Amino acid sequence: MTNQTTQTNDTAFAQAPAPDARRAMSHHLSGWLLASPIALVLTGFLLLPIIMIVVVSFWGATEFSIYPAFQFDNYAFLLGSEVTYRVFLNTFRYAAITWALTLLIGFTVAYFLAFHVRSLNWQIGLFLFCTIPFWTSNIIRMISWIPFLGRNGLANSTLLSWGVIDQPVEWLLFSDFSVILAFVHLYTLFMIVPIFNTMMRIDRSLLEAAADAGASGWQTLWNVIVPLTKPGIMIGTIFVITLVMGDFITVRFMSGSQSANVGRLISNDIALLQYPSASATAVILLITVLLMIATLLRFVDIRKEL
Amino acid sequence: MDPRPRSFYILSAFFALFLIFLYGPTITIAILSFQGPQGGLTFPMRGVSLYWFRDLFEQQAVGDIWGSFRRSLILGLMVMTTTVVASVMGGLAFRKRFAGSTALFYLIVTSLVIPSILVSLGVGLIFSQSGLRVHWSTSGFGAQLTWTLPFGLLIMFAVFNRFDRSYEEAASDLGASPWQTVRHVVLPIIAPSLIGVALFGFTLSYDEFARTLLTAGSYNTLPLEIFGMTTNVTTPVIFALGTLTTVFSFLVIGIFLLLFWYLGKRRARQGTDAGKGLV
Repeated sequence: MTNQTTQTNDTAFAQAPAPDARRAMSHHLSGWLLASPIALVLTGFLLLPIIMIVVVSFWGATEFSIYPAFQFDNYAFLLGSEVTYRVFLNTFRYAAITWALTLLIGFTVAYFLAFHVRSLNWQIGLFLFCTIPFWTSNIIRMISWIPFLGRNGLANSTLLSWGVIDQPVEWLLFSDFSVILAFVHLYTLFMIVPIFNTMMRIDRSLLEAAADAGASGWQTLWNVIVPLTKPGIMIGTIFVITLVMGDFITVRFMSGSQSANVGRLISNDIALLQYPSASATAVILLITVLLMIATLLRFVDIRKEL
Repeated sequence: MDPRPRSFYILSAFFALFLIFLYGPTITIAILSFQGPQGGLTFPMRGVSLYWFRDLFEQQAVGDIWGSFRRSLILGLMVMTTTVVASVMGGLAFRKRFAGSTALFYLIVTSLVIPSILVSLGVGLIFSQSGLRVHWSTSGFGAQLTWTLPFGLLIMFAVFNRFDRSYEEAASDLGASPWQTVRHVVLPIIAPSLIGVALFGFTLSYDEFARTLLTAGSYNTLPLEIFGMTTNVTTPVIFALGTLTTVFSFLVIGIFLLLFWYLGKRRARQGTDAGKGLV
């Protein structure tokens, strides 16, 4: 529809320049006016800050102040340090494991809601039930794992009383396990929503056709539903990957400051007022994330899928 | 109806487990916040009392909770209003191509995927280097908008993708000006979705942590205050606070959902004059 109007506008534009040029102009103008609040906010609070970070990443720092310079020291130190690679690797590991788990759980939940719940009201109700925690505080949701996972927590006391273990397990809280658990807890929703959205748009007659052609349930799932759900999976993947890659608070809180990811590297530098070094790390992280997203965006047209 | 396949029961069980996983921890701290005065951060319960809730209301030794709550509330309303207005305008703008629309779209995607600590760091640096003081209502406000605006806009994209343009064409055929068309035709039709945008705007702001961390200045918002408490408070008072804010969030969500439902109902009732005879 949009394309059509622009096309007719364009051809008209070629034939009779004078009045239509004015119309094309006013059409651009109304677009700019309407988009200006968003453009202004994103310029001031996204574009300029990114530029600022890039600039500061070349600056120098003393123990308590930073000074303008153009030096590559921060990057040289960062890329020359073995810690950087280990921390980046650990961040990728968190992202990969969280991605796999959220995809598995998110797909299953969305599949259940979209294809096994039969009435629309139930679908909407149960879907809302899944999304409500998203609108509550992440920090509180992290804190709420303490009584579960702690040394004297519910998990340990249950396992003890069942005789599965003889002494409390230490790795439940403040470990990689609890970090991943919290990630899955916080972010599975970002998989469920887009996957459910795509699944609801699948034409049900395709499933009947598959069944009529003799496909088993699994074959229909794998050869019909999964391929048609790919756009939703991609959007969910983008959300989960970026949230985990950029996180620092979940790792800090749930690992009890024992594990590191790139976000914590940055926030530690910030705490020490080493802004140039934090900025250099931030630039590398941003490039990494944008490259990953650019790759993922090749497989999906976000605006078409909404 | 066909009988349910066996997979339905397996998947139902899986779904039930997922819901327990989702809500279990929150319910646990809700129970534990009623600990007796001697109780700790884990089970067993040592009596049942409102001791820790009273603690929240009485002494201010745990920090400026009510001040930070008030700030979070005001900031949330500010972000919500701005998000709704800017998203609707942006959604209308993006229905047509305009010069620079692709660039702006990629900026919006960047805003959505950028690690939030970068926004915090960048905005903080700009303010400190230009001699401005960071404050939750200026730098914090802007930093939060970089997260709520893309969400609002994505919702508007979804809304306008499903929008039937013939309503607008009918309006302009009847002689409505563009503004009248938006005011009397488009806005009433998309009103329920605006409730959704508002809900996102408010709750994302109210719970935002990373983007406000370096941009809120000396007066904390509630999530910052709570995070500060996690490092030095070891009593169930933190569970009491967690329970209260979660209840507050549930209330807000409930109000928005009711409003959404009510607007949808009203639209269905008033959207047609069928059966009313000649009007």
